[in-house]
Amino acid sequence: MTVSQLATNWIIAPTILPAITAAILILMRQRDIEVQRLLSVVSTLILLGVALFLYDRVSDGVPQAYRLGAWPAPFGIVLVIDRLSATMLVLTAALALAVLLYAIAGWDRRGRHFHALFHFQLLGLNGAFLTGDLFNLFVFFEVMLIASYGLMLHGGGAKRLRAGFQYVAINLIASSLFLVAVGLIYGVTGTLNFADLAVKAPAVAENDQALLQTGAILLLLVFAIKAAFVPLHWWLPATYAAASAPVAALFAIMTKVGAYAIIRIFGTVFGDGTEAEHLGAVVAPWVVPAALVTLAVGTAGLLGTRRLLNFAAFSIVASMGTLLVAIGQFSIDGLTAALYYLIHSTIAGAALFLIVDLITARRTVKLDALVPGNPISQAAILGTLFFLVAIAVVGLPPLSGFIGKLMVLDATYGVPRAWLIWATILVTSLMMTIAFARAGSTIFWKTEGQTTGPGWETAAITPMVVVGLLVGASLMLAVFAGPAVKALQATAEQALDTQAYVRAVLGSRENTEPARPITEPAAEAEVTPVPPQEAAGD
Amino acid sequence: MELIVASAIGLMTAAGVYLILQQRTFPIVVGLTLLSYAINIFLFTSGRLVINEPPIITGANSYADPLPQALVLTAIVISFGMTALIVVLAIRGFLETATDRADLPEDDFPDETETGS
Repeated sequence: MTVSQLATNWIIAPTILPAITAAILILMRQRDIEVQRLLSVVSTLILLGVALFLYDRVSDGVPQAYRLGAWPAPFGIVLVIDRLSATMLVLTAALALAVLLYAIAGWDRRGRHFHALFHFQLLGLNGAFLTGDLFNLFVFFEVMLIASYGLMLHGGGAKRLRAGFQYVAINLIASSLFLVAVGLIYGVTGTLNFADLAVKAPAVAENDQALLQTGAILLLLVFAIKAAFVPLHWWLPATYAAASAPVAALFAIMTKVGAYAIIRIFGTVFGDGTEAEHLGAVVAPWVVPAALVTLAVGTAGLLGTRRLLNFAAFSIVASMGTLLVAIGQFSIDGLTAALYYLIHSTIAGAALFLIVDLITARRTVKLDALVPGNPISQAAILGTLFFLVAIAVVGLPPLSGFIGKLMVLDATYGVPRAWLIWATILVTSLMMTIAFARAGSTIFWKTEGQTTGPGWETAAITPMVVVGLLVGASLMLAVFAGPAVKALQATAEQALDTQAYVRAVLGSRENTEPARPITEPAAEAEVTPVPPQEAAGD
Repeated sequence: MELIVASAIGLMTAAGVYLILQQRTFPIVVGLTLLSYAINIFLFTSGRLVINEPPIITGANSYADPLPQALVLTAIVISFGMTALIVVLAIRGFLETATDRADLPEDDFPDETETGS
């Protein structure tokens, strides 16, 4: 076994490690919570280490594939890592560590199995970022969702149960749509492997094109539900506002899974071929308008909501709008901006949920209602943190949101209807500034009566440090924007380079003529003149 | 056979969608179940409908595609687990809030009125 093979085997580690950890954590449920916390944190630290190692491995620019059971590529299951996957892995692990440190200050005690569910969630997330075929994307989505159902209900209560029912129902519908899309695409192309799909999709017969495009649009719908596109966004504020704060902060990466899947499927897999006929072009006209409406709706929600938790949730919707405007360009500049904004908005969104939780915990009377109330303890430090997080989320200098939005504006300069995109982004930024200024001044300045919340001697310090670290991460992302953008540009170029991806997975096979696997229904369709859905042998 | 299978899928999907659009949790759960049945059969047909053929290549020009069958099996397991979960959620929600409505009522937030001043 050579060194490179050994490194290839590491690709599966980000899925195995959380799976084993979660299993051990279930066995340890009777043990002291301190032991569980220790194992949970150590495992997440190792995961971060593995993610960084893998990132380093793929930074030479060549995607690498891990074939499960060494089955050759289009037949067996493959995990593929490239810069995009590795970036998402590192982001997930880093966010998970921050959220976990926040949760062990107390939230994890408020229900059972928090740590086990947390690691199952990481398993689903990492798997979704690594998988190299459509059906396993579905499976890892489900793993991620099952864990998220448990996490969302963490802490219990009638409100969480009601919101949880809606969340589960909408995701079951999304899963059904996903399976329809999988069925359509398999029925037409005879493969679900990303690389194989990329080779076969352009070669699909003329009369099957409509089916393939229907499948592609259905996939976009599924990812749109995950990414909270308008009009499929309505589940998000209810769910995130009902979930406990650390869970909502971890969910900040869940919407990004939808964004990642859009980049992977419509950028890498279906992005190949001529400008007019590739499948990315079929969905592209829908993405940007929907993204602009998402941004507007998110901002309207920020202005209109009367609760801090909903406020934080709507900021996620708005940030997804900005992100998808950039993704919708399907250009290298657009994708670079999108990836930068993705990292930024994950950090900022999580930080916002955590700071809102710190504030809510201290407002013992009004809780998260956005109305004047009692002054809170540690107002100076929490106020400063809220101010900094607000700057990051809205996109004002000097934090990373500013650079992110600037890059999005720059990437959309000169595209058709750029004025509309610019106007929407700039006006919504102004509106968001107003919304945050109003929320901040209501909570921290319009106060009367006695100070509520724990004093310095009883207050937990770690949660504040975690929020501070997240703000620091945003600042670092801004300070080191040069190297970061350079790396992300390489990532974007690689994500749109279908041929390199195909080479990594299928090896030299893509040169051998269509290389159809023997289980190829299309060959059968040539024999039978009837349309494929009706092709049968009765 | 295609007509029967296609009609069955269409009918179950239509019934499922109708039930999902109801206000109460039980019809929604039944609707989701019907929808998952429809999807399972749909997935099954994506490998083409064939009768009395081996699921492997034997040199004959007709065979049953084994992959959709594997996919359906996975999909059945997942949708079964999900249905169990959502049933529990619906029952717990009913027991804790004494209503089986699926929407989130405005007055779900008890301190909304007192802070309205």
